[in-house]
Amino acid sequence: MKFAYYPGCSADGSAVEYGMSMERTAKILGFEMQELQDWNCCGATSAHNTDKLLSLALPARNLAIAEKTGLNNMLAPCAACYSRHRIAEHVVKHDPEMKKKLEQVLDMELEGTSETVSILDVLANMIGTEAIKAKVTNPLTGMKAASYYGCLLVRPVEHTGFDDPEDPQSMDQVMQALGAETVDWSHKTECCGAAMVTSRPDVGNQMLYKVLKDAKDSGAECIVTACPLCMLNLDMRQAGVEKKFKEKIALPVYYVTELLAIACGDAPSMVGIEKHFVEAGRYLDTVKVRAAEAKAAAEKAAQEAAAKAKEKTAKSGDTAKSAPTPEAEQKKIDAFITAFGKNPDKMAARLIEDPARAETLTVVLDDKKIAKLAQLMASDMEKAKKAADAFVTAELNKRGNA
Amino acid sequence: MDLAVKLTPATEKQRALISKVEKEAGTDIKLCYQCGKCTAGCPAAFAMDYPPRQIIRMLQLDMVDQALSSESIWICASCETCSARCPRGVDIASLMDAMRREALQQGKTDKRVVAFNKAFLSNVKNFGRTYEAGLLLRYNLTTGQLFKDMELGFPMMKRGKVGVFPETIKGRSEVKKIFERAEKLGGVE
Repeated sequence: MKFAYYPGCSADGSAVEYGMSMERTAKILGFEMQELQDWNCCGATSAHNTDKLLSLALPARNLAIAEKTGLNNMLAPCAACYSRHRIAEHVVKHDPEMKKKLEQVLDMELEGTSETVSILDVLANMIGTEAIKAKVTNPLTGMKAASYYGCLLVRPVEHTGFDDPEDPQSMDQVMQALGAETVDWSHKTECCGAAMVTSRPDVGNQMLYKVLKDAKDSGAECIVTACPLCMLNLDMRQAGVEKKFKEKIALPVYYVTELLAIACGDAPSMVGIEKHFVEAGRYLDTVKVRAAEAKAAAEKAAQEAAAKAKEKTAKSGDTAKSAPTPEAEQKKIDAFITAFGKNPDKMAARLIEDPARAETLTVVLDDKKIAKLAQLMASDMEKAKKAADAFVTAELNKRGNA
Repeated sequence: MDLAVKLTPATEKQRALISKVEKEAGTDIKLCYQCGKCTAGCPAAFAMDYPPRQIIRMLQLDMVDQALSSESIWICASCETCSARCPRGVDIASLMDAMRREALQQGKTDKRVVAFNKAFLSNVKNFGRTYEAGLLLRYNLTTGQLFKDMELGFPMMKRGKVGVFPETIKGRSEVKKIFERAEKLGGVE
């Protein structure tokens, strides 16, 4: 699998960990990323707030470059970049008039052949959770995560369409494949405030607070994101929100790619965990301890279960030797009784070596004694021999006394 | 909004303006039956002077000048929740976007939001990419908030999250030309 790769401006700046972990993710899962040559900024919200044509032309230049690579899919990890390129793509494919205008502005031709994909689409749908599971060496057992999709990965649905816009699941599925538990919460697609947290903090901080608060109230111990702007707000501006609302939140925030790399054996420093603003290493240590405990408990339980099973088979093996089923034993007894009737001398010889005493036995045998001996022979030959000897001794004593 | 408004017949100019906004947004305001689902789901409605439903109603009643002067259009975060949920398929987010651009042309703006957008785009125009540190600095300078987010600057540098120099691309003259040609060809009409 090979993608044209559009890292986006933040991968070299505020989202440097996202860029690092994206590359590790590709290496671990075995797909190739070919960085788009001389790509430009997509213009993000500022462009579509200012000039529609410009907001389409900036991403369209990248699409034209991507088309030249001959690769069908362009991977854009940043949610805003993904959204702007998807919208431009849609216009190129469905609005011939606008396409012509864009070609004029760009002085480049547009074919509409490349398709921009998000990292969640790649992980959950193109690679699949089973293939991810197979690479996990250090499962995140015991992690309680709120999967946060935000706005642009799932809306507008005509342009995204790889997941449900109200209750998306792709990130939850990936997190579960990594061994984590994901919480159900109501703000998974609610806006974090985006650029408003910078330009209108009076409005943006409220929005940000609601997302953080709902994650916390839903029992999450961390938030997972696939958007650099969500990360910037949730992580870098969390301390400001705590101060403003006089409430401790202390939720570490991770990129989904960071956690994937760590669950597949990378050290946290390899994907830049120490670069986060809300301390994020300690929680990973806690998860590590929990995972080790869970593993030990599971191993112990498995051992106990195996021992129990072994004991059970051993026991049933013994009883098979000493006490077969009642029907089988009865069959044996019946066979001995018949044999006593048909050939008492031979049967007596099996129980008593001395011929004279054996002959005495044949004389004293009656139905009752035969039944007794047959029963003993079926279960324990030694006991049967002792009983037979006792019968003879009793008879000889009787004779002696007489 | 006062409980009662006096409606006056729309001028030709106002009608043309409404059509222009609708065309830019690619949506039809007459489809709206005022159910209020957009407002119920809007995460920024708490801070708006007129929530999304009322903005649409204003357009339906030809009150386009009031709508363009509202603070609401600048508080909208473009999260697209309203458009995703509208049972009538009205693209409210696109309308907000189109109204912001129209208000910008008319000089009716929220200075802080526009300053941010300007700082952002001037980065892209000059370097081909966004230079986050330069963006924040320029934003602070133009809005006169010199020390805004100062507490974040040093920690960001320490974490290697701020480049010392802006990242530039080879095709930055091409990008500059895109800006110029887009301005010249202007909009979709």
